[in-house]
Amino acid sequence: MSRIAARFKTLAAQGRGALIPYLEAFDPDLETSLALLKAMPAAGADLIEVGMPFSDPSADGPIIQLAAIRGLKAGASVAGVLEMIAAFRKEDQETPIILMGYLNPVEAYGHARFCADAAKAGVDGLILVDLPPEEADILEQPAQDAGLDIIRLVAPTTPDERLRYVLSHASGFVYYVSITGITGTRTASAAELQSALARIRAATDLPVAIGFGIRTPEQAATAAGIADGAVVASALLATLAETLDSTGKATDQTLPRVLGQIETLAAAVRAGEKKAG
Amino acid sequence: MADQAERHSTQAAHPNSLRHGPDARGHFGGLYGGRFVAETLMPLLLELNEAYEAAKADPAFHKELAFYLRDYVGRPSPLWFARRMTEELGGAKLYMKREELNHTGSHKLNNVMGQILLARRMGRTRIVAETGAGQHGVATATVCALFGMKCVVYMGATDVERQKPNVFRMRLLGAEVVPVTSGAGTLKDAMNEAMRDWVANVADTYFLVGTVAGPHPYPAMVRDFQSVIGEETREQMLAQEGRLPDVIVAAIGGGSNAMGIFHPFLDDASVRLIGVEAAGCGLDSGRTAASIERGRPGVLHGNRTYLLQNADGQIEEAHSISAGLDYPGVGPEHSWLSDIGRAEYVGATDDEALQAFQLCTRTEGIIPALESAHAIAHAAKIAPTLPKETLLVINISGRGDKDIFTVAEHLGVKL
Repeated sequence: MSRIAARFKTLAAQGRGALIPYLEAFDPDLETSLALLKAMPAAGADLIEVGMPFSDPSADGPIIQLAAIRGLKAGASVAGVLEMIAAFRKEDQETPIILMGYLNPVEAYGHARFCADAAKAGVDGLILVDLPPEEADILEQPAQDAGLDIIRLVAPTTPDERLRYVLSHASGFVYYVSITGITGTRTASAAELQSALARIRAATDLPVAIGFGIRTPEQAATAAGIADGAVVASALLATLAETLDSTGKATDQTLPRVLGQIETLAAAVRAGEKKAG
Repeated sequence: MADQAERHSTQAAHPNSLRHGPDARGHFGGLYGGRFVAETLMPLLLELNEAYEAAKADPAFHKELAFYLRDYVGRPSPLWFARRMTEELGGAKLYMKREELNHTGSHKLNNVMGQILLARRMGRTRIVAETGAGQHGVATATVCALFGMKCVVYMGATDVERQKPNVFRMRLLGAEVVPVTSGAGTLKDAMNEAMRDWVANVADTYFLVGTVAGPHPYPAMVRDFQSVIGEETREQMLAQEGRLPDVIVAAIGGGSNAMGIFHPFLDDASVRLIGVEAAGCGLDSGRTAASIERGRPGVLHGNRTYLLQNADGQIEEAHSISAGLDYPGVGPEHSWLSDIGRAEYVGATDDEALQAFQLCTRTEGIIPALESAHAIAHAAKIAPTLPKETLLVINISGRGDKDIFTVAEHLGVKL
């Protein structure tokens, strides 16, 4: 069983959803982001999404755009991101790592080489924002050969018929983009999430995580209660950005503030589930 | 009769035609193009494709478009024999396809007119567009004024600065112009921001793409709407010279004016097609916009195509004196035409474009857009090397009034 499947199974047995925090690799530098990554599981991360910086993140809002720019400035490369995951994996064999990014850096690295090296580094799943199932044939076989899940995005605009098509190309879990918009902007209501989840569950047995627009502990608890997991990205990156000094360097506040926020989110997700259960 | 047969061959669907692309997935030659977008946009692209296919098959749509092209855009545009430039250069016989005479001053309105009619058919009420030089933005703002639709134009902050007349025009026309400060503040960044707007406002918004790039069906649809340039050129040249042109030269940023004039000639092997990219400070200067000559295939803004990028797949900033060519990518059909050798792609530098700008103005009394000046620059380079009977068409894609400030600055003149 893959790390992703095992983790969701364990959480289901515990009767709660997953907290899935996001960090941008090399933001604001390799050392800080690796330290953050390593400390995330203890702070309550059940799975972790690691963003691969790209120069033109056209589905992302300003907060993730700035994080990507900081990462690139700090020298992020595909190879560098994979080395960072490998360093994490030496110490943590359990926590699933999902790489999230855009297709072009992966193409430049080579589809098959990327999948093989990512799996070797300890990556469990891939989310490529601009690779819809229509174009995914270039990556599906190498990912499968390497044992990587391709996590599919599903949006409020995805009609039922298309939902079945998209999900036929999904593995690992399903990422529900809860708003029509870019990351870190609006937030969907609990009622909207409930009806969307009913629609998705009718089409798949895979676990479902909700992302885009989840900022507060309450929102995370609601999403993780309705679905199987909640992704929090922009809110954490905004906190990280606040702690940087005027030259954009990490300070002694950077790790504690971000990790503290993850702890609060994790506590809410865990407590929320008890109430629901 | 020969004319009739020639004309007929442009619509011919012979099995080896180069004019069949793209395939159902939007791929040209199996590799370029496609639909590389977030899932939120996929259902919209599928809907757009269906709506466009339905419009294409509907004679009423073509009738409506023809009406607006004739009575509002001012088509057909003339094919002008450039006598003095021909004499001065002493070689090929130079013709100019006068797209700068269209309403709003460029070829952009051909495409915009087609897409706005489509947006209306689809019941959309809000239009977003990206623009570089502002020509596409002005054209879009114009049709939005014509049909009373809400218009938001994203424009890089750098371009807002260097294309002030067009910014003012757009605002007069009722459009909201949003300066984009991310990246270098040019067309690439405007495109990112327009896509973000579209993703956030899918219900009522139509994304009116200005060039033959972006996710399928945009490259094919914009090409189809721009093909009127090549179709007219073909008829006009047959009428004036009794035969097809030998060489066609057009400037390439995204490549819509070039695709429009090339496409009806793709199956006429005798017609040399030359796309002129903006070499900026020189092809090997590191400050260029020549994506085909100095880039390699990759994925950006919804399509796979030649891109200026580093070894790690990060997109590089383009550079050109011309805001309309200042883009690190190119339409995917051009990438394919380059790979199969059907069209040639060359570069013209900022300086060469400036010289051509003056040459055209001085000899023909036509002030060309700096974009078009790149095509003129290359035509001026090769014309003296070609026999006098060679028929060479330059696509004058836009007029240069918008560029006089930039040109004056480079010539050291204070306005």
